[in-house]
Amino acid sequence: MNQNGKEIKINVKDFNFYYGKFQALRDINMDIPKNKITSIIGPSGCGKSTFLRSFNRMNDLIPNVNVKGEVTMESENIFEMDVVALRQRVGMVFQRPNPFPKSIFDNVAYGPRAAGLRDKTVVEELVERSLKQAAIWDEVKDDLNKSGLALSGGQQQRLCIARALAVEPEVILMDEPASALDPISTLRIEELIRILAENYTIVIVTHNMQQAARASDYSAFFNMAEDRAGYLVEFGETVKIFTNPTNQLTEDYITGRFG
Amino acid sequence: MSANITTVNRSIASLQNNNMSTRKIIQKIAFGIMWIFAALAIAMLLWIIIYVLINGAQVINLEFLTTRPRGGVSGEGGMSTTIPTTLYLVVSTLALAAPLGIGAAIYLVEYAGEVEKESRAARILIRVARTGIEILAGVPSIIFGLFGFTLFVSIMKLGFSLLSGGLAAACLILPVIIRTTEEALLSVPMSYREGSLALGANKWQTITSVILPAASPGIVTGIVLSVGRIIAETAIFWVTIGGSYRMPENLASAGRTMSLHVFMLATETRAFDKAMGTSAILIIVIVLLNLVINFISSRFEAKFMGKKV
Repeated sequence: MNQNGKEIKINVKDFNFYYGKFQALRDINMDIPKNKITSIIGPSGCGKSTFLRSFNRMNDLIPNVNVKGEVTMESENIFEMDVVALRQRVGMVFQRPNPFPKSIFDNVAYGPRAAGLRDKTVVEELVERSLKQAAIWDEVKDDLNKSGLALSGGQQQRLCIARALAVEPEVILMDEPASALDPISTLRIEELIRILAENYTIVIVTHNMQQAARASDYSAFFNMAEDRAGYLVEFGETVKIFTNPTNQLTEDYITGRFG
Repeated sequence: MSANITTVNRSIASLQNNNMSTRKIIQKIAFGIMWIFAALAIAMLLWIIIYVLINGAQVINLEFLTTRPRGGVSGEGGMSTTIPTTLYLVVSTLALAAPLGIGAAIYLVEYAGEVEKESRAARILIRVARTGIEILAGVPSIIFGLFGFTLFVSIMKLGFSLLSGGLAAACLILPVIIRTTEEALLSVPMSYREGSLALGANKWQTITSVILPAASPGIVTGIVLSVGRIIAETAIFWVTIGGSYRMPENLASAGRTMSLHVFMLATETRAFDKAMGTSAILIIVIVLLNLVINFISSRFEAKFMGKKV
């Protein structure tokens, strides 16, 4: 798909999301551009994470959820895809680093092995490449057998990014990936995201306005309606959203008047 | 407004000053009482162990360990055959109960929720199963013994045998294994499950490669508790494996475990000293078992959790 000269990776059309009777998201329409960084910002409880977790159907784990509308990835409806196949194409990095209680090597090799990759040399290459891509190889190359839990928080998060990359996804979802980290680790993650965007479509939820402004190409501003359902206020190039927003609400939020 | 706030602050500050010494005294008294309770509990345990070990030591020698009991009112002979009998029984009981119990717990924790969502009948069935497990965990062992005697020994005609005993003991420890495994599985952080599924692993892969390894220290603890229970159990074996002091040859053989031997020596013979000797060996075995398991689980934790031993 092509729209205004940019390639679309994921198309969201009239998307509604319900937890039981509670509507968490209302009538979202938005195109996520390919190989760009799209940030999702908005006040707490506006459904940012719910929206992000729809793209790899992580919400399937929660009982009683319902969706209406369409989310298509390169014209395939993700709700009709096999969920395992979908998650191999759409990776995720969580808010809190969550390495498995396994060695660094086994953490990164986990996805490929689950997918059925058995060839030892291929796995080794993949692990090395992924750790290099996630800018953590130099720090861990000498003790790949060390437990992933023995690393620092920032290293753990980069390990989790490496782990997601090893599955060779097309899209990477990041749910406030730096909110549990110190400023220096945060900066490293942001630099990393920038480099990764050359080859991956990245969607990142963040609470940090500076982070959205610094590290993303496009920004979507979500807000909460009176019935607490989240809706999309404005979506566009980050530069425009942060310098010349169309909507007064967006301006109020990014200048810190609420949220 | 601001005056009010400062007044409140001042009154709390003075309150704390007034109470500080009383609170300190209360804390000291509470601490002292806890210390005495803990010391009493430990002293009592140590006293029992030391009493048994000292009294038992008088009869323990190589001959006691290597000759089989000869029976009779005077309790002739040693305890040799009771050691392998206990071991066989532990192994056969675990072989029956561990896969069943762990499997049931995995089902209850990981799959039952999904099934419950879909059908009302399944929801009721699962609730009955959960309640059943709770109740079984509190049933006295002799009830399992009588059940085993009726079903395995008589109706199924397995006779007094290791197999009957193992089956009955498996019923006894099944609730223990299920509940400890359930707890171990529930204590595995949700983030591990999410992390694994997000990498395109399916549910079964998630269970076998992430959840079970992370839960295994807890599962092992449950199994150790069960082993302790089997070693310690008397009543259930009295009515299912008979009490023969011959060396068991196969699962159909009758036999006598160490604790059953203690019971029989103490109640049916004059050889109370030999009961003490056997008890001492029993205690040593249990202590050794705990040490081995502690060692294994700390090594395990160090390896997988990145902690230093």
